[in-house]
Amino acid sequence: MPLTDNIDTPDVIIGDETQIKPFTMNFGPQHPAAHGVLRLVLEMEGEIVDRADPHIGLLHRGTEKLIEHKTYTQALPYFDRLDYVAPMNQEHAFALATEKLLGITVPKRAQYIRVLFCEVGRILNHILNITTFALDVGAITPALWGFEEREKGMEFYERVSGARLHANYFRPGGVARDMPEGLSDDILQWCDDLPKFITDLEGLLTENRIFKQRTVDIGIVTATEAQDWGFSGPMLRGSGIAWDLRKSQPYDSYEEFDFDIPVGKTGDCYARYLVRVAEMYESIKIMKQAIENMPDGYVRTNDYKVSPPPRAEMKNSMEALIHHFKLFSEGFHVPEGETYTAVEAPKGEFGVYLVSDGTNRPYRCRIRAPGFAHLQALDFMSKGHQLADTVSIIGSLDVVFGEIDR
Amino acid sequence: MPDDSLLDLAEYISEKLGSCVIEHKFEKDELVLQVKPDEIIRALQFLRDDRECDFSVLIDITAVDYPSRVERFDVVYSLLSLRQNNRARVRISVEDEQMVPTSVDIYSSALWYEREVWDMYGIAFANNPDLRRILTDYGFEGHPQRKDFPLTGYVELRYDEEYKRVVYEPVKLTQDFRDFDYLSPWEGLTDIQLLGDEKESIPPHGWSLSDNVRAGLEQKNKSTDIGEEGEGHASN
Repeated sequence: MPLTDNIDTPDVIIGDETQIKPFTMNFGPQHPAAHGVLRLVLEMEGEIVDRADPHIGLLHRGTEKLIEHKTYTQALPYFDRLDYVAPMNQEHAFALATEKLLGITVPKRAQYIRVLFCEVGRILNHILNITTFALDVGAITPALWGFEEREKGMEFYERVSGARLHANYFRPGGVARDMPEGLSDDILQWCDDLPKFITDLEGLLTENRIFKQRTVDIGIVTATEAQDWGFSGPMLRGSGIAWDLRKSQPYDSYEEFDFDIPVGKTGDCYARYLVRVAEMYESIKIMKQAIENMPDGYVRTNDYKVSPPPRAEMKNSMEALIHHFKLFSEGFHVPEGETYTAVEAPKGEFGVYLVSDGTNRPYRCRIRAPGFAHLQALDFMSKGHQLADTVSIIGSLDVVFGEIDR
Repeated sequence: MPDDSLLDLAEYISEKLGSCVIEHKFEKDELVLQVKPDEIIRALQFLRDDRECDFSVLIDITAVDYPSRVERFDVVYSLLSLRQNNRARVRISVEDEQMVPTSVDIYSSALWYEREVWDMYGIAFANNPDLRRILTDYGFEGHPQRKDFPLTGYVELRYDEEYKRVVYEPVKLTQDFRDFDYLSPWEGLTDIQLLGDEKESIPPHGWSLSDNVRAGLEQKNKSTDIGEEGEGHASN
């Protein structure tokens, strides 16, 4: 429970010569529990946090500015580098926004492949978050187990795109290439193995006394507060609001999948942990459905003004060669317009506000990162808690500085 | 076409807010409300509290820079209604150095969004309790997302062995900054000023001249001046 009620500050007798000022403490930017480059200036009243002031921007790379100077194709890889824990989910938002402005539809198979890899990304993200969260509150084993399982997921990334992290796989108009043979069988096998791993993970944490002491009733956010502070994703669902963009505003083919939205009841760090665990099971369900119902067909739109023609065609067709050359030098021109397109990234609502002026480069590309909104709520969430609880809260926020600093 | 319910909602909002809304339109089926800058608080308050609208979440505040306009900036508020499952964008146009009233009292999440807009665009929000820079360095000058701010910035920093600390220096580019203009395939390359090229005009934008090209051009101009005195283009 927040300890604000128990503090009666004037317990100490303050005479004329005694002066008490809150102790200011610097937390990070180099701190294992800061989840990256977070500098936190804490004003402490004894052991109790009075004010938390996150100083961010240490990983600011000017992504939005850089994108304004790149073609749409060149801008896509920047999205891998935002939330580098689940790269393809970010790419998805940008690809969808560009497609919306272009007014093109994506072949069904490409949509299913995207859904499949978004869910792989979601599992990658949740494994990392849960295990490092546990690490923050004193449990080392989950991290050791989790990273092995994560590595398997990243191998699927590598097999489909050639890179474990910075995939550059989703493109406006589809995906870069079709899945290699045998990959879907291996993912299916992984889907069968994963529940056992998650059950083991739960066995370590869910009923663990230390873990519960550190997380239950810590950082409670009510449903109203969660909306007021712009929460989304597991942070919102942990506070009892059944809201998921995959259900409420489905994109690609999510409306064809059968899955549930886990909702937390208490709005504390423990509820958010439980939501993430439950979401992993749901992701496995979606992945299985995606593979079983995967349609045949193209994985890219056949509009050669947007997506490159197949390599074989370029050997025979002059026109295909010209299209290829123009696409990879000049890029495609996007009609004038603007859109805000959001996806349910593992961390919450990841949105792209794209303004096009009709040229081959975005006029403005605003990236709405869920972690930015979550981190700013740290101040009110940790107020009245102990210093150690702040660490729990940061862990449950699921912050990655690539996306917060952009 | 946008949803019927969204069309109705747009009509309803315009009616209720009256003169406050300059116009409403649909961009790719997304509702956009253009609002008068000094009435933005009233508009947001209504959009949050009205039961039909119920935009309980402020998703984002951002800005777009149009340097050629008098009202240079668009400030864009993205709203989301969880109960009605609607989205809306509220947009105001402001001039440079025009203050925008803060929306922190309506949505707590506006605090950092406004800080970021201030940091990136230099649009100040009146009565924001904590309008510090957020993403840029301590002591940073300028507002990087403005269109007239160069991509490479003005200063770069490195660790100096002599001073034993990080020092700031003006940006030195080892390669000229290249910005290709693809608006027309034929005009795309004419901005490049090659030595000996007959088009002597220096392009107004696009490529900046590297030092040796500039020196070459100046020499060429000089030799043309001499040429009038009869010595010809020997130097070329």
